Amino acid sequence: MTSQTPPPLPVTVAPAPARAPAKYAVTLSTRTSRVGETLLLVTAIALCLMPWWGDRSLIRTSTEFLYILALAQMWNMLAGYAGLVSIGQQAFVGIGGYCLVVFGVQMGLNIFLVVPVAAVVAALVAVPSALVLFRLRGAYFAVGTWVVAEVFRLLTANASVVGGGSGTSITAAVQGIPVWWRDALTLWGAVILGVGAIAAGYFVLRSRYGLALQAVRDSEAASGSLGIRVRRMQWMLYIASAAGCGAIGAIIFISKLRISPSAAFSLDWTTTVFFIVVIGGIGTLEGPILGTILFFALRGLLSDFGSWYLILLGAVAVIVMIRMPDGLWGWVLRRFNLSLFPTRRRLDRTP
Amino acid sequence: MTDWLNTLLQGVLLGGLYTLFATGLSLAFGVMRLVNIAHGDLIVLAAYVALVAVETLHLPVLAAAAVVILVMAAGGYVLQRGLLTHTVGRGILSPLLVTFGLSIILQNLMLEIFSADSRGLQAGALETASVSLGGDITVGALPLMIMGTAIAVIVLLQLLFTRTTLGRAFRATSDDGETAQLMGIDTKQVYALAMALAMAVVAVAGVYTAIRTSFDPLGGPNRLLFAFEAVIIGGLGSLWGTLAGGIILGVSQAIGFRLDPGWGTLSSHLAFLAVLVVRPNGLFPRTRDR
Repeated sequence: MTSQTPPPLPVTVAPAPARAPAKYAVTLSTRTSRVGETLLLVTAIALCLMPWWGDRSLIRTSTEFLYILALAQMWNMLAGYAGLVSIGQQAFVGIGGYCLVVFGVQMGLNIFLVVPVAAVVAALVAVPSALVLFRLRGAYFAVGTWVVAEVFRLLTANASVVGGGSGTSITAAVQGIPVWWRDALTLWGAVILGVGAIAAGYFVLRSRYGLALQAVRDSEAASGSLGIRVRRMQWMLYIASAAGCGAIGAIIFISKLRISPSAAFSLDWTTTVFFIVVIGGIGTLEGPILGTILFFALRGLLSDFGSWYLILLGAVAVIVMIRMPDGLWGWVLRRFNLSLFPTRRRLDRTP
Repeated sequence: MTDWLNTLLQGVLLGGLYTLFATGLSLAFGVMRLVNIAHGDLIVLAAYVALVAVETLHLPVLAAAAVVILVMAAGGYVLQRGLLTHTVGRGILSPLLVTFGLSIILQNLMLEIFSADSRGLQAGALETASVSLGGDITVGALPLMIMGTAIAVIVLLQLLFTRTTLGRAFRATSDDGETAQLMGIDTKQVYALAMALAMAVVAVAGVYTAIRTSFDPLGGPNRLLFAFEAVIIGGLGSLWGTLAGGIILGVSQAIGFRLDPGWGTLSSHLAFLAVLVVRPNGLFPRTRDR
């Protein structure tokens, strides 16, 4: 980020001689940011009302769109803001999903109440994981997260209590819930997670913690020397992201109703959000939204081509990473200076 | 008792294969500070190249191995010059994400070309031959040969690094690329040669993978994880440490597998995490990742 000026605001700059004193203020909001906020609110309301105006397939597609978007924001939060690249977020998606089996099917808790429980469980599991993983840095951290995810997958596959390697059905836990309610509640859960991830990111990033985070992302050494407790910031984000992924995992498998270790702890969850965030624009809140829209559009167009579709996506991601590392939204930002959810502080001259 | 001794020996020898997986990764990291996420997929690719050389071109296994080494080394050179060179000096995100993208491309390309079926390379008598070590203890000739190759590769690399001009250029570039450049070293060329060398080792690992195990297009990630774990257990920058790491992984896998067939891979991963808790920098660290 360009501005390193910390709060408090506004800042008064010494007046230039012979001219009327010019005043400057550090601002965050812009006209487009108010448009962005309104757009987000209107979209959220429209999505919440969808069970009354949309048909079932639209509701299901929107649910999927929202949980993938939420997952992308969780990954973006780590890679784009904390400088922690994880190839193992599927660990927490899987744990969230398996919470449905343990708390929903086996202990009889209402399956929608399992969603917050899944977040808590994933966060609790993330604490010891972080203890081990935070001994690794950079790329080694990335591969380490993958090992942890594999450990959870293999442990689950060996646990016959939750169905072992072949998995189990969750249908028993949704019996007695009318289909309309099930679809609606799943969608609302996905709205809370998808829109919530953006809103939470927006407000956190505009706070002083956000400023610290972006400084950490830009340079761990420099931000550390300015008094930011880098590892602690990264640790908190890792736990928060795990909690988010846990809740998302629960929502994903409520909508799928069948779970197996290979599906729940699949690398595909991370691969998908990797494409979305890298192509859309890493380190921005808008990037993952754009990326998810593109991902769904391309999937609809190219799903008949099987592996070639993934090869194409991989190639696009590689080219984007080399030619425009800040992704499509980064290009928009530079070309038009357009930001729907601005998190950068700007020095504006006040009249 | 002899049963367990056999298990242990098999584990140690399995470690030879893991060491070969890891050496290429260690080399690329040592010289370029590059952690190649596509490393495992490149091993699988080398295995497929070996398969094509033997089954389609009808080459004998040894000649096929030479072809695979040449093809992979050339591929590594081109990969570094054409693609990875753009990620040098751009932080960790760029090389990590580019090689992750490459990994997905490779997996799906192989899936498209070779189908999802599990394959293996027939190497005739070598596959079943065994050596008796007295008593009831016998070891396979192939695992023994793999371990021998792993040790030979490490010795050769050590000699290359300490005794040759190229090795000195590798070390200089690794220590400080900019200063090395000022001293007249073409770092881009050095990086490309290091990648070619790493891919030559990957080729050896790939050929042995093809003969010893069955493999499929999606088997790369698992091999990357083993390679990575061996490097970290051994300590960054130490090739002999990598051998120790490979053996620890092999032994824990063999013991785990003996206790319960579902625990083989899991035990290796757990052994890795345990080492990480006890010794965060690995057993024999030489360089530190900063």
